[in-house]
Amino acid sequence: MDKEFIARGVKRCSTPRFLLWIMPWLALLAFGAYSAGLCLVKGLNQTNMDNRFAFGLWIFLDLTVIALGAGAFFTGFLLYILKLKELSAVINSAVVIGLVCYSGAIAVLMVDVGQPLRAWFTFWYPNVHSMLTEVTFCISCYLTVLAIEYLPILLKNRKLRQVPSFLVFEYELHKLVYVLAGVGTFLSFFHQGSLGGLYGVLRGRPFAFREGFLVWPSTFFLFIVSAAAVGPSFILLTTWLVEKISRKRLARPEVLQLLGRISGLLLSVYVLAKTVDTLIWINRTSPDAGFPAAQYYAWKPFGTWILFAEIVLFGMIPALIMLTPRLRRRTGWLVSAAAMACLGVALNRFVLTVQTLALPTLAFDKFLSYWPSWQETGTFLAVVAYGVLVYSFSFRYLQLFPEERELKAEVQQEEEELPVMAGRY
Amino acid sequence: MTSEKKPGKTARYGMTIDVDRCNGCGACMVACAVENNVPPAHEGATDRKGITWIRVFQVDNGEDYPNRRSAFVPVLCQQCGKDAPCVSVCPQQAVEVDPATGIVGQMPERCLGCRYCMVACPYHARYFNWWDPAWPAGMEKTLNPDVAPRMRGVVEKCNFCHGRWHAAKQLAAANGRAIEAVDYVPACVEACPTRAIQFGDLNRPESAPAQAAKNGASFRLLETIGTEPKIYYRSKKNWVRQISSAPKLGLGKESSRG
Repeated sequence: MDKEFIARGVKRCSTPRFLLWIMPWLALLAFGAYSAGLCLVKGLNQTNMDNRFAFGLWIFLDLTVIALGAGAFFTGFLLYILKLKELSAVINSAVVIGLVCYSGAIAVLMVDVGQPLRAWFTFWYPNVHSMLTEVTFCISCYLTVLAIEYLPILLKNRKLRQVPSFLVFEYELHKLVYVLAGVGTFLSFFHQGSLGGLYGVLRGRPFAFREGFLVWPSTFFLFIVSAAAVGPSFILLTTWLVEKISRKRLARPEVLQLLGRISGLLLSVYVLAKTVDTLIWINRTSPDAGFPAAQYYAWKPFGTWILFAEIVLFGMIPALIMLTPRLRRRTGWLVSAAAMACLGVALNRFVLTVQTLALPTLAFDKFLSYWPSWQETGTFLAVVAYGVLVYSFSFRYLQLFPEERELKAEVQQEEEELPVMAGRY
Repeated sequence: MTSEKKPGKTARYGMTIDVDRCNGCGACMVACAVENNVPPAHEGATDRKGITWIRVFQVDNGEDYPNRRSAFVPVLCQQCGKDAPCVSVCPQQAVEVDPATGIVGQMPERCLGCRYCMVACPYHARYFNWWDPAWPAGMEKTLNPDVAPRMRGVVEKCNFCHGRWHAAKQLAAANGRAIEAVDYVPACVEACPTRAIQFGDLNRPESAPAQAAKNGASFRLLETIGTEPKIYYRSKKNWVRQISSAPKLGLGKESSRG
């Protein structure tokens, strides 16, 4: 039915099968849209956030997906600026993932604020001292960059290529790709950092507060490194996942191994920096604010295990796996390490967003708990469903993996050669 | 180049709260709500979703009977005097410090409702309008015409009764002079039956808060984080003075009244 939209030389599942795949995600998106609609129409009283737990699941989601979506800018940076040509095999997929993550995060942010119609105020009355201003500016600009980067991928669609002006437009856009990669990298470095700074500057929350360099707390730099580290891991993970679901070879194992190596290298830098930062915070920053760091971990369930999980289990161990060539060559190890790295960054964002607010600051405060309402969870799930849908449509109708055709031919050749080989023995 | 500010030129409005005098009656909370058009709590509101610009907390010394002792601590915006955490974080300058009075003000009409300021505030003195403000039929006649009610989705907090300050300023201007702190008192100060709360200009040595600042029994909440609050608490009891510091496991128990 939709064959003329599917790229030549690649095989996609039948239309009914594709519809069957997208149905549950559409249902989830509809449920999420209803949940978000309730929050917009009836107000944020639909959530379980409150005056003490003013940020909740959504901010955790935003910080996490933006870190995972960092693969878009970082792969672009490695490919176009550092000329790692092998990564051209996954750059289109990285752009779609980035677009999904950033647009999803912005959509949730619009539901998360009490007065979404006043969002433009930040551009009109910007407070240059606020990390949130920097985040708003950079995310908006970078989303525009991603949308422009997505256009050539979209215009390469078999049907759209039949329109000559689209071809010209796509050709012209291609000339901009280096500029876009540079701008995207600059913007991404800043907003990844600002997202870290968002909590690092909170002097009133000694659990999150960090010293730093000039106006930037250490979390600013830690967020940049951690996002750059897990971005390639997430690309690796999604590529592997899409290969499994579609039962196709999409990228050469060397490409995935390269992504793993880059991720491992940056993750080890992050683990080292995070360890030094934690030691400074435990021994100087927090005690200087009158808060001995040990007390944070006395409030259960947030014991010292969380620090161990963040730095060692989901930091050092995946870094070592991805840096060991023998383990990296084994898909199971590589994918598990990438998943652990992604979990580690999600845990780090959880600690900063949720644990910070759960801990008491006043002597007569209680340790607080928070559980998201179904409307919050529904909105969260809508972003997941939206991401899966955009990616599924992009995968079906666009060329997300340029090497797919080549790999398919190789697989066919191998299959044709096999009986001959068998005959010889 | 530093010089002492002359009294009357610029002011630093502040308060002193005598914890030993506070009996936890909650009159300050009621007066504050009436003065500032804080609507009655929505039926779905919890202790953590209600709006109370000033909230009286009951604290105890953690001992068992008969050594157990309790005290009441009214907590409102501490009007941070140095780098107020809520001011620098607001992305659209909806929080500002009035240089003439030092009052940390909130502009609800510019507020986006992102709640970053609430996260930044260590005193939990900022409140979000989770519901549309609503008053029972007839009660709207009791609204204070000098104070605009806030809409759903914005943050609000204590501003030392801006409506009263504005009226006092106009009166002072009519008399041909500038406003001074002694020209008005916030509603909570007026309502306190034990005179536990007193208001004044910290730059005037004779004012109650300035006197309290020098008192050895005075303390400010979380002084160690360097926000320089302009609310001075006072107690002769050692265990009460300990509430100024960071939380300690097992010490005291929070419960809010009113």
